[in-house]
Amino acid sequence: MWRVEVALRPDMTDALGSSIRKQINEDLRIDVEKVQTIDVYTITSNLTQRQIEAVARDLLTDPITQDYRINTGFDRPFSVAIEVGYKPGVTDNVGATAVEGIEDLLGIKFSPGEFVHTSKLYLLSGKVSRQEAEEICTGLLANPLIEHFQIWHAGEDIQSTVRKVAGPSYGSSFEPRVAGIDLDVSDDELLEISRKGVLSLNLEEMRKIRAYFKDDRVKAEREKVGLGPRPTDVELEMLAQTWSEHCKHKIFNATIDYTEGGKTEKIESLFKTYIRRATEEIAREKDWLVSVFVDNAGVVGFDDNYNMVFKVETHNHPSALDPYGGAVTGIVGVNRDPMGTGLGADLIFNTDVFCFGPPDFPYKKLPASVLHPKRIFKGVRKGVEDGGNKIGIPTVNGSILFDEAYVYNPLVYCGTGGFMPKEIAGRPSHEKQVQPGDLVVMTGGRIGKDGIHGATFSSVALDEETSSAAVQIGAPIVQRKMQDALKEARDMGLYRAITDNGAGGLSSSVGEMSEFCGGCEVDLEKAPTKYPGLHPWELWVSESQERMTLAVPPEKIDAFLDLCRRRDVEATVIGTYTDSGKVHVKYGEKTVAYLDIDFVHEGLPGLKLTAKWQPKVEGEVDASPVDPTGSLRKILSSYNICSKEWVIRQYDHEVQGGSVVKPLVGSENDGPSDAAVIRPLVDSKRGIAVSNGINPKYGEIDTYAMAASAIDEAVRNIVAVGGDPDRIAILDNFCWGNPILSESNPDGDHKLAQLVRAAKGCYDTAIGLGTPFISGKDSFHNEYRLENETIAIPPTLLISAIGVVPDVGRAVTMDVKSPGDIVYILGETFDELGGSHYCMIGGARGGSVPKVDAVPALKLYRALHGAIQSGLVVSCHDCSEGGIAVAAAESAFAGGLGMRLDIAKVPASQGMADERILFSESNSRFVVTVSPEKKEAFEAELAGNSFAEVGLITGDKSFIVTGKDGTALIDTDIDELKEAWKAPLRW
Amino acid sequence: MSDKPRVLVLLAAGINRDQDTETAFRMVGADAERVHINDIVDGRRRLKDYHILMLPGGFSFGDDIASGKVLANKLKYKLKDELLEFIADKKLVLGVCNGFQVMVKLGILPGFDGNYMRQDVTLTHNDFGKFEDRWVYLKVNPKSRCIFTRGIEKPVYVPVCHGEGKFIPRDHDVLTQLQDNDQVVVQYVDANGEFGAYPVNPNGSVAHIAGICDETGRIFGMMPHPENYIVRTQHPRWTRTELPDEGDGLIIFRNAVEYVEREL
Repeated sequence: MWRVEVALRPDMTDALGSSIRKQINEDLRIDVEKVQTIDVYTITSNLTQRQIEAVARDLLTDPITQDYRINTGFDRPFSVAIEVGYKPGVTDNVGATAVEGIEDLLGIKFSPGEFVHTSKLYLLSGKVSRQEAEEICTGLLANPLIEHFQIWHAGEDIQSTVRKVAGPSYGSSFEPRVAGIDLDVSDDELLEISRKGVLSLNLEEMRKIRAYFKDDRVKAEREKVGLGPRPTDVELEMLAQTWSEHCKHKIFNATIDYTEGGKTEKIESLFKTYIRRATEEIAREKDWLVSVFVDNAGVVGFDDNYNMVFKVETHNHPSALDPYGGAVTGIVGVNRDPMGTGLGADLIFNTDVFCFGPPDFPYKKLPASVLHPKRIFKGVRKGVEDGGNKIGIPTVNGSILFDEAYVYNPLVYCGTGGFMPKEIAGRPSHEKQVQPGDLVVMTGGRIGKDGIHGATFSSVALDEETSSAAVQIGAPIVQRKMQDALKEARDMGLYRAITDNGAGGLSSSVGEMSEFCGGCEVDLEKAPTKYPGLHPWELWVSESQERMTLAVPPEKIDAFLDLCRRRDVEATVIGTYTDSGKVHVKYGEKTVAYLDIDFVHEGLPGLKLTAKWQPKVEGEVDASPVDPTGSLRKILSSYNICSKEWVIRQYDHEVQGGSVVKPLVGSENDGPSDAAVIRPLVDSKRGIAVSNGINPKYGEIDTYAMAASAIDEAVRNIVAVGGDPDRIAILDNFCWGNPILSESNPDGDHKLAQLVRAAKGCYDTAIGLGTPFISGKDSFHNEYRLENETIAIPPTLLISAIGVVPDVGRAVTMDVKSPGDIVYILGETFDELGGSHYCMIGGARGGSVPKVDAVPALKLYRALHGAIQSGLVVSCHDCSEGGIAVAAAESAFAGGLGMRLDIAKVPASQGMADERILFSESNSRFVVTVSPEKKEAFEAELAGNSFAEVGLITGDKSFIVTGKDGTALIDTDIDELKEAWKAPLRW
Repeated sequence: MSDKPRVLVLLAAGINRDQDTETAFRMVGADAERVHINDIVDGRRRLKDYHILMLPGGFSFGDDIASGKVLANKLKYKLKDELLEFIADKKLVLGVCNGFQVMVKLGILPGFDGNYMRQDVTLTHNDFGKFEDRWVYLKVNPKSRCIFTRGIEKPVYVPVCHGEGKFIPRDHDVLTQLQDNDQVVVQYVDANGEFGAYPVNPNGSVAHIAGICDETGRIFGMMPHPENYIVRTQHPRWTRTELPDEGDGLIIFRNAVEYVEREL
């Protein structure tokens, strides 16, 4: 074993060290003078002294900036030294690359059991106590769930005491084990089997499984393949995975008795009644829906030759435990959805929405088991950078919300858009087919113990004892290699069908593909593993990343495997698709699972739930005009509204060259864009707009209004940049607490009622605006169990929208352009401050939450779109959080110009106080500027809608809002407002 | 094979601006083809069949160990002879971002005295220690022999998207030699063409250096992305500024293609 340390020469800037010192000082408030970072490579391989010298010199060290030491350290003084490295079995991407680099350099091949492990050694100077050193480790440098750390103090010798690096344990006498589980037991014991195995199956489901295995036909058939009457662990795991909330959406498909205002109605499946029905009704009017709800992502038409593909996922639990790994896995995971849709799409954009606790949440209020919101934020951001940037997909749009409600359960939504020709290799690209006799092929990464039980794990609340088995680190480059190779294979027509290995691993992917032909026979012993020691059930349900499952016709298999080999992508035939009606899983010659495919997919008993709506009524807040300028400044510097430039710049939004409306726009490239516009084909002017809508604050008052507002926000964002309101499709992502009433969850029926109301809001608004749902996701159990209480997140619905921009040359940005331009407010302002930011800065909630009136809204959107298409609009900004005041201020400072507004002219409800007009968050409104010579044409285009000329752009920097009585309500300048907006997250 | 200048856009694990550069070359009339490095090592494709070698941006091998290092070693240990022959044939090599990192780590830049396998400069972590996507202005050295930047007079506006773009020469002598030879081709400046600190110089590069060429001017590498400003709508302020339809970056690709048409 060799240990190579690589350090920057003393005269070089240690950028990483400086950034860590800053975080220790600012986030942990521990005074450290200097941090030096040293890369450590532990090479467990029989290299000679000459070989290791070559490796250290020609691979691991930059000759211009760095030095190295072999089996000895740099004799640099420190007060505290800390070394952090991954635990055995956790993905070590740099270690894997180092192996490849060494093999290239020396012309050798590592044998099994040889590996490179990487770690980081931090040398800290300054006065740091033992306790502070621990705090720096656990609070910043290491995540004990997945990483080891070791601490030395001044004078101690690192080299002689450093922890010996071990690989994943290679038990010399591994015996793959298949257990039979006795279900002929009491109800309590059945539930105990489910709980202990993290199966997340309820009693009725366990009983149903028991009954299946008692069936005489089933028993006889199983006997023929050598199985006894008890289900094997492989079978039970497969049923638990397939029947999990994550995969079957049991709550969304449940039969619900819903009570509201003394009336009770029976709802057969929220999904079918509200979500899918909305789409079905809209589909009668629109001809561009291609594939909805049936595949890994939704597919809609782009033009005559191409389709767009879109999916948004959540990755909440893993991100709470390991923000970095959770986020990387979230991104590369959702990438595989469009990749695994139809014949597989090219990936053209990412969009990410996060809900975190406030970054200034007091450390003292946090339980030891919960990571600080700032750390989660930074970890997730880094994860998105590595997941998105490294795979080469532009991150074009997103949103970050902060609320104390997300301290225990952060939400991480990751979305990916795809693009594919309507026809590939002579076949419609959105269809999947598998024929009996096709081969089951697994490509990409290998299987490890990481990520076991992700599907069932997402169905339980986090608590202080949560294990690390469900945490894993993504390997973006492994996936990118696979993505490139599979695209080549796709275009050569080398496979018939493809799907991703996400939650549930092979059990899910092979299980789903088998439905297309009626069965499969798989040999798990053939599946490549990261290390020995995986039992058959683990191989079957492990969620190890970067894997796709394909159906390859036998006559194409040689060409397919040869292509993968030439692209350094592992591909393995692990079985055959059949029409036997069975999922037949073997390990070598021995059958380890034999299940009727119908039972696996259709056997799940439905849930029956009750929901009761108990609205929380709160009084209106008093909005007497105290200091409107101060209020505006305060709202602009609230964490939700303030500039996210620090985050946005660390994402690549230029790669692939399609950027038309960037996330940052305006005279200084730093204004907040409403939606992204990209142009997927350089020789066509047609574009794609992407946006999102989310506002959990409204949901605290009424989830119906929250859902309606989220859809309206997503839609108007797309219209604001030039998208066609009649070509918008949406995705729903519900994140909720546990909505199943029980003794331990006494308000479960209320949470379910909130879900019902949200679903009703979705239906009504989608129908009203003509925006079909094309895919979605739900995540319940976003709860954290402390000793004495359970903390649930507020109901949170993210709506993501994708639309068509007919001509990107007509796209509009939100920054004002020229002095003399006229300012218009489009849409009516109502007295709706419930859940508003104006209330929030005053510590109130408010009562009257913004509603959506879809008929005038859609009419306005069509008129505005007409005006944009005719080139009549120079700037357009969506009016949302913070109301007119914030939208107007943002437009003005993004354009670097002054603005004058007259509140008396704003179309608003009778008798509203000035300040309420300014800060009300009514939906379906825009702040638009138009050049004077286009005034008439613009007004003609908008005729019949609620809109008014309310002000003027000025050449100075003043931002002045006049009240109804003619006095200045707000009198400030845009530089001051911009600074208030930029300062909070300038990290 | 067509009569058009032929460009080999090199693909390897983690390269991701391959299509962007392919598009740019096609727009100026080249026949660009994305070719996986393994297909060249295997002999299925030959480097000598092309006129221009394009090393695109991305994160080859995840930028693990150091950006560009592992791919540089692959070229060095598996394709050295083909590469040297390509250079000796007076053909062109362009590297952008990760491609530039590969070139300096391999040594084909700056390639002093025709030694294309010795590393004299490096590209390392930005001073602020983070990846950044931002637009920058570049001043072009009019005295440079660089083929790719011929005829560019005004500052060029293009995006940088990198975490390891800080240019560092081995020592003062190397820097002097680069400057004396006019191998410094592009430098970060502000909109008025003046040097400045961050964010004008986005990564802390020594002498504001954004790109260099070899002594012949036929091998050129730069951190910013000319391929991401080839049409008007890619400009961050196209909705508020009068701009030509063609982006600032395209001329770099056109110069390469015209050289091939003229000289090869």
